[in-house]
Amino acid sequence: MRLASGGQIDRTQTIGFSFDGRQYEGFAGDTLASALVANRVRVVGRSFKYHRPRGVFTAGSEEPNALVTLGRAAAQDPNQRATMVELFEGLEARSQNRWPSLDFDLLALNDLAAPFLGAGFYYKTFMWPAAFWERLYEPFIRRAAGLGALSGKNNDAYHEKAFAHCDLLVIGAGPAGLMAALVAGRAGLDVILADEDSRPGGRLNAETIEVAGQPGADWAEDMVEALRAMDNVRIMTRTTVTGAYDGGTYGALERPAPDWAGHSDAPCACFWRIHAQRAILAAGALERPVAFRNNDRPGVMMAGALRAYVNRWAVSPGKAVTVFGNNDDAHRTVADLLAAGIHVAALIDSRPEATTDLPVRRYAGAQVTDAHGRGGLEAISIATMSGIDKIRTDCLAISGGWNPTLHLTCHTGRRPAWSPDLAAFVPCDGAVPGMITAGACAGDFSTHACLAAGVAAGKAVAKDLGKRARKTDLPRAEDAPYRIRPLWAVPGKGRAWLDFQNDVTVKDVKLAATENFTSVEHMKRYTTQGMAPDQGKNSNVNALAVLADATGRGIPETGTTTFRPPYVPVPIAAMGAGAQGKGFAPQRFTTSHAASVEMGAPMVEAGLWYRPGYFPRPGEKTWRQSCDREVGMVRQAVGVCDVSTLGKIDVQGPSAGAFLDMLYCNMFSTLKVGRTRYGLMLREDGHVMDDGTTARLGEDHFVMTTTTAAAGQVMKHMEFVHQALRPDLDVSFISVTEQWAQFAVAGPRSRELLNGLLDTPVDDDSFPFMGCGPVSVMGVQGRLFRISFSGEHAYEIAVPARFGDSLFRTLVARAEGMGGGAYGMEALNVLRIEKGFITHSEIHGRTTAFDIGMARMISAKKDCIGKAMAARPGLVSPGREQLVGLMPTGAVKQLTAGAHLFCLGEEAVRENDQGYITSVGFSPTLGHFLGLGFLKDGRARHGEEIRMVDHVRGVETTCKVVDPVVLDPEGGRARG
Amino acid sequence: MRIPCPICGNRDSREFDYMGHALTLDRPAPDAGLGAWDDYLHNRENPAGPTRDLWFHGLGCGAWLVVSRDTVTHEVFGAELARDVTGGRA
Ligand SMILES: [Zn+2]
Repeated sequence: MRLASGGQIDRTQTIGFSFDGRQYEGFAGDTLASALVANRVRVVGRSFKYHRPRGVFTAGSEEPNALVTLGRAAAQDPNQRATMVELFEGLEARSQNRWPSLDFDLLALNDLAAPFLGAGFYYKTFMWPAAFWERLYEPFIRRAAGLGALSGKNNDAYHEKAFAHCDLLVIGAGPAGLMAALVAGRAGLDVILADEDSRPGGRLNAETIEVAGQPGADWAEDMVEALRAMDNVRIMTRTTVTGAYDGGTYGALERPAPDWAGHSDAPCACFWRIHAQRAILAAGALERPVAFRNNDRPGVMMAGALRAYVNRWAVSPGKAVTVFGNNDDAHRTVADLLAAGIHVAALIDSRPEATTDLPVRRYAGAQVTDAHGRGGLEAISIATMSGIDKIRTDCLAISGGWNPTLHLTCHTGRRPAWSPDLAAFVPCDGAVPGMITAGACAGDFSTHACLAAGVAAGKAVAKDLGKRARKTDLPRAEDAPYRIRPLWAVPGKGRAWLDFQNDVTVKDVKLAATENFTSVEHMKRYTTQGMAPDQGKNSNVNALAVLADATGRGIPETGTTTFRPPYVPVPIAAMGAGAQGKGFAPQRFTTSHAASVEMGAPMVEAGLWYRPGYFPRPGEKTWRQSCDREVGMVRQAVGVCDVSTLGKIDVQGPSAGAFLDMLYCNMFSTLKVGRTRYGLMLREDGHVMDDGTTARLGEDHFVMTTTTAAAGQVMKHMEFVHQALRPDLDVSFISVTEQWAQFAVAGPRSRELLNGLLDTPVDDDSFPFMGCGPVSVMGVQGRLFRISFSGEHAYEIAVPARFGDSLFRTLVARAEGMGGGAYGMEALNVLRIEKGFITHSEIHGRTTAFDIGMARMISAKKDCIGKAMAARPGLVSPGREQLVGLMPTGAVKQLTAGAHLFCLGEEAVRENDQGYITSVGFSPTLGHFLGLGFLKDGRARHGEEIRMVDHVRGVETTCKVVDPVVLDPEGGRARG
Repeated sequence: MRIPCPICGNRDSREFDYMGHALTLDRPAPDAGLGAWDDYLHNRENPAGPTRDLWFHGLGCGAWLVVSRDTVTHEVFGAELARDVTGGRA
């Protein structure tokens, strides 16, 4: 219920929201959790395994119970911690893991079946028969155990990712973090202060502690104002630093302000990568519970959280509150409750020596042994020296002491150390290079100690980075000693919860120990303790202590806790922001793109490029009809095809020829100016990397081409060969792929077409087969190469990219007037298969020059990349699969790429495999399918009948092995 | 992880491609024999500690670097241009 006054909420601003369909109201400044508490909603969810009713347990990101689903339809967002959701108008939240409703949950039967659902129950209960797993056990377990669910629909909600750089990242804006940021900021460092709360101040917002004579929250507000006034300090609120990574890199998740729903341009979340020279971890500490029977009843919550609800949000979860603790914070809680006018039914302190002046019924050396009330806490049992007392109470606050929030110090592999004084783990020094710890996360629990540690840390970093820190006065604050007597679990019957989120009890951990899972890592995996989304923030240390007790060891001997990133769950959508759909992936368009789309060509992705598949004409109903026509155009008249996507690399310098000799297996230094040569490039291991033509435009000037697919890889390889292996070569090279638009003009009438455009017509003398040189195309300086990938008399003409669109349209229009036209990738593929020309379907990374019949291209006169290893016996020995052509001969006149080859009469099994098909196409020129493939010793088997089996598509035929070059083997068409 | 490119400065490792140990710079002579070539191509130590490996600043200046780092602590000690390493040896 809401208290009459107090709190850091704006009572003038009422906010309406709904929970499980019911309407409620809260105030600006509320979280969903505080607003639910204000509206006396006690049960907010059902537990993971036993479907026990659960209530709000904490006030921070460590919340294990109050997980809700926000939003609707595709944008449904499960497992949101109500403690971290700031209230906004119209917020819709739904509880999870209950069916049909939160009040009446059928699977609460699991709670009665608890004896069968203990640790390891999967392994024991569902052992046999195996077939039942898929059909029965797994669906049942999945329905019964779980958290919220995604919608299963595509959620295109806008997420963002961003990068930041700074000298110093301060993680946590409590007293230590604020002071550290102030000192470092005044010293002139570029500082980012990140805090996961909407309001900086840390515990000061939740306590009644004074700093410098002011209420702590007010002091924090003044500090924030002072920091905001500095240009070199950035304050990031609602930003959880989620991970510490190598080299001073930190991940952080920024949540939107609560009014985000009103801003359509604001992202749902932003994932930051922050590069910081230094970091100060000032993340505070997390309070830990005490395990006792039924300690998971709604109404049982952490004492520090209760103080936050009372002091910050002016709400009380109960009318008669009891407080149970093993340290002085239990007393602080009682004092705050009394000051707020809330009735305290009893203070139970497990320490026998505990005394208090507070006007409250007090038990010293006593322990809470049970919590009663199925739907919510109604009473507790207390074991005292004299027996069992039962007290009526609707809210029990527990304080089992504090665990420093040292998670980030474990992210790069180091583990924390046990401090017997604090009964807690503390970070070890230098755990993350460049990061130091300050305040409660380092075990300094008093406000004074935190302020002092913050100043010291800020100074240390400033000095480390060569800046001088100005003198900073330390504000006055309490410096109470931390007095704790460890209490992990109250002995007794029944189930006492350790891990609320995964439903792991003291019994489960003891069972694990009994069954010899005595290593903490084994215990965790066997019981699933600490493996829920909260990563055991409330339970790791307690579970370790219980395991230590069960195995008769001390805590440090038993093991330690460690944590991995992320500190809080990070939506994949935020980490992958910008990558949904096409996202930020570049789309590369050729200069003929617009014209091709206008002509109705379907554009096909080729890496980042888009290329036309075919150019449909009226009356053509299938792609094959268009493709067949386009092939015929090229064979009989003239076709035009954009080949600009091939990698074009300009190579210049006195050593350019020698460099190409090193790159390619064949010789280029001997190539004459004005000539073009096909080149084969090997990897150092002797396999083929790429192929393409290279033109020599001048003595020291070459232009080489790569395949579209391998352009980037080849460029990187060239850089390696030059920089790392042959820096002695005087050569420079650069990609000019995008600078030149290049079109293949192919077919018997290609020269006729070109001569209509060229300012000086060409003939066999000026441009013989494989000739190249500069030309003037309607007044534009371009380049002409007489090369052919179709086997026809053909050219490639290149102009600066800005003339590409115009040249393409002109070429196509004139070609159409000559019985030809544009052709696309499909026709290009058929044309090259008819000629046995290879692509990356054939040079797929496992084939050698020997395999594709080009072993003789490896020049004996020089070294080149891959030459030594290409000669390995295994790469040239009999039995290798060699490139062949294939024609179907059986009743089924179809070939399929990917099909395997077998000898006639042999079973189509792996042991009998003879090879495989890499490329197929229907040849309209020959009237049947043609294939390229690899066959064992294939070059010696031309003429043989062989069996093709495509196990995947269920196609089978016989085919004849032929030379890969089916059409015009002498090459007269291209030369003539 | 951050890599100090001698040309571009300290950069995020995602700007770089990795290509194994810097032994790849020690390319054998063409006639060194299959044993030497097999060693060069395939055999690498798997050190727990300091190592030197090749990184390509593909999303930066295009330089091949030899980066010294520790495989256990992930500390990066420094980087030099492969060009200088190879050139200095020749
Ligand atoms: Zn660079």
